[in-house]
Amino acid sequence: MAIWLTKDSKVIVQGMTGSEGSKHTRRMLAAGTDIVGGTNPKKAGTQVDFDGTKVPVFATVAEAMAETGADVSVVFVPPAGTKAAAIEAIDAGIGLLVVITEGVPVHDTAAVWAHACATGNRTRIIGPNCPGIISPGKSNAGIIPADITGPGRIGLVSKSGTLTYQMMYELRDFGFSTGVGIGGDPVIGTTHIDALAAFEEDPETEAIVMIGEIGGDAEERAAEFIKANVTKPVVGYIAGFTAPPGKTMGHAGAIISGSSGTADAKKAALEAAGVRVGKTPSETARLMREVMSKR
Amino acid sequence: MDLYEYQGRELFARHGLPVLDGDVATTPDEAAAIAERLGVRAVVKAQVKVGGRGKAGGVKLAENAEELRGHAERILGMDIKGHTVHKVMVTTTASIEEEYYFSYLLDRANRTFLCIASTAGGMEIEQVAEESPEKVAKIPVDAGKGVDEATAREIVAKAGFPAEVADQVTEIAVKLWQAFVAEDATLVEVNPLAKVAGGKVLLLDAKVTLDENAGFRHPEHEEYEDKSAVDPLEQAAKAKNLNYVKLDGQVGIIGNGAGLVMSTLDVVAYAGEEFGGVRPANFLDIGGGASAQVMANGLEIVLSDPGVKSVFVNVFGGITACDAVANGIVQALELLGQRGEQVTKPLVVRLDGNNAEEGRRILDSANNPLIERVDTMDGAAKRAAELAATAGK
Repeated sequence: MAIWLTKDSKVIVQGMTGSEGSKHTRRMLAAGTDIVGGTNPKKAGTQVDFDGTKVPVFATVAEAMAETGADVSVVFVPPAGTKAAAIEAIDAGIGLLVVITEGVPVHDTAAVWAHACATGNRTRIIGPNCPGIISPGKSNAGIIPADITGPGRIGLVSKSGTLTYQMMYELRDFGFSTGVGIGGDPVIGTTHIDALAAFEEDPETEAIVMIGEIGGDAEERAAEFIKANVTKPVVGYIAGFTAPPGKTMGHAGAIISGSSGTADAKKAALEAAGVRVGKTPSETARLMREVMSKR
Repeated sequence: MDLYEYQGRELFARHGLPVLDGDVATTPDEAAAIAERLGVRAVVKAQVKVGGRGKAGGVKLAENAEELRGHAERILGMDIKGHTVHKVMVTTTASIEEEYYFSYLLDRANRTFLCIASTAGGMEIEQVAEESPEKVAKIPVDAGKGVDEATAREIVAKAGFPAEVADQVTEIAVKLWQAFVAEDATLVEVNPLAKVAGGKVLLLDAKVTLDENAGFRHPEHEEYEDKSAVDPLEQAAKAKNLNYVKLDGQVGIIGNGAGLVMSTLDVVAYAGEEFGGVRPANFLDIGGGASAQVMANGLEIVLSDPGVKSVFVNVFGGITACDAVANGIVQALELLGQRGEQVTKPLVVRLDGNNAEEGRRILDSANNPLIERVDTMDGAAKRAAELAATAGK
C-alpha cells in the first residue's frame, strides 16, 4: 500500500529539461520511479536520455497524460511560472501534483488552491516549497534521497526537508511506508491532517512521526484531529523553540506572529492529544523506537 | 516585510485610497517644512514598527510649524519599546466622529484570504474580538474571485457599517482589495478607518505586510527595505544571499535546511542549560549546495559576530554528499586565511547521511586543531556549548 504514491504511479516532470528538473529526474529514475515523460512546449516531440533511459518530452500535461497514462506530476518550474504550471496540471486532471519550487508568492499558491477547489478538488497538491513524497522501494516523487532508508511500517509527515531526511536516517533500520514533505510555506496543498488521515487508513503503516515547526496553527489543528480520529501511535517533533517572534526562520511560513505560532503552544497541543513529543530529533526517534519495539 | 506607517500611507494613496495629506521627515527642520506646506494644524507621529506609540509620547499635535518642530525634536531619537525613532510622519489632522476597523489578511488555516471588519475601531481588534465578538465580522475572501462591489457590499452589511458611510466603505473595500492583490500583500490593516467631520471616510492608519517571495515581480518594493533598522550582520549576510538571522547567544550555527537549523538552535539551547545558559548566536541556513564558497561566506559572517565563542556546523547530507561539505569546510578555513581572517574560534562539526564516513575522514586528515568532529547532533551541540562556556577561561 503506502499512501498516495505507489509502485504503479506513472510520473511526469514539469520542468524536466531545466537544471534542477533534469538532475532530480535522473535521481528519481535511479530510485525506481516510473517516469513516463516531461513537459516543455518548446521541446515537445524530443526525448531526454537519462543514463540510457529515454524519456519523451510533451508540450502539455494533458498530452503527456493522454499518451502515457501519467497520474502524478512533479513541478520544478521557477516561481514565476509555478502558478501556471500547477493550474495546467489541475485542469488536465492529474491525480497527484507535487510542487517542489521554493519561493512561490503566496497569492499564487492561494489562487492555485482556489482554482483546485473551484474545479472539484480532483488533484491532491503537495507543496509548494517541499521535498516531495517517497514510498521507499516503490516510487519517489521529488527530491528526498532514496538511499537513506527502505520500506517499512512507519509513516512520516513533515514541514521540513532536512528534518525528514534526519528522521528517516535515525529510524533507517525500521524503514518507512511513505514519507511526505508537506513544505514550509504559509499556504500548502496537503496538510498534516491530510497525511495523518491517510496513514490511519493505510494498512501498511503502524505508527506515525509528525514533524512541525513554528508558524500558523497547523500542528494545533492536527492535534485535535489526532485526538478525535487517529488510533495509531503518533510521535511528534516541533522545531523552533528558540526562534524569536517576528523573524522568518528560513521557511516563508516559519514565523511567530505576536504570541501565535510558538513551538511551546504546538507541543502542548500535541501532548494534550496524547502525542509524545521529543525534545530533539534523536529523542523523537527514541520514542518511536519504543513504540515499534512493543509491536 | 512589514512597512512603516508612512510607507503604507503612500501605498494606499497610490492606489487611490483616501488618506490624510502629509509626508515623512528625518529631521526637525524637514518636519517643520512639511507642516509649513500643509499650512494648518498638523500631527507628528513616530515611525516605528511597534504598537503603543501614543502612550510613549510618540504622537503629538501641533498648532503651527514651530510647535511641530519642537515635538519632532523630542520624538526623533526617542526609544519606543527598544525601537529607535529615525523618522516621523507629518500629516494634516482630522476631526474624528467615528472609528472603524478594516483589514485583509492571509488565512493560513483555510488557505485563502480573510476580511476582518468592525464598527468598533481605534483599539486593538483582538481586544474587541474578545470583549464583544459580535462587533467583529470575519468574511472569507475567495482568492479566485476577490472582492468586487457585490462582495464589498456584503462585507459592509455583515460588519454593520452605518448607512451614511456604506457607499464610501464599499468603494474603499474594493480599492483596498485591489491594492492588496496588486502589491502582493499578506496584510493590509486600517485602524482606524474613520468618519471625519463633514462625513468623509479616511484611512487614518496603515499597517502593511508584503510577501518577499513576490519580490521578483515588484522590483520597486526594494526601496521599502529598511537598512537602518536591520542588524549589520544580517545586512552583510543578505548581500551574500545567505539566510541568516542574528540572535544573541554564544554558539554560532551553520546548517543545511530551515527545519534542521531551527532544530539545531533548540538542541544547542537545551545543551547550553548545563553550561550556565549558553545560547545559539544565530540562524544560518546554507541550503542544499554547501559549496566551499558558500561555507566560507557563512563562516565569515558567523565568526565576525563578536558574541560568538564557538561554532557548530550541523549538516545532514541528503542530496549533498558529506565529503563535499567536509571539503567545503576545510577550503573555507583556507579561504578565510587568504582573506586575512585569523580564525581562532573552535568549530564543532557533525556530518551525517550521504558519504558521511568519507566526509569525516577528510576532516580528520585536515588535521586542523580548530575543527572538532562529533558524530551525533546532540553530542555535538553539547560540545559546542561547552567550548563556548569555557572560551577565554
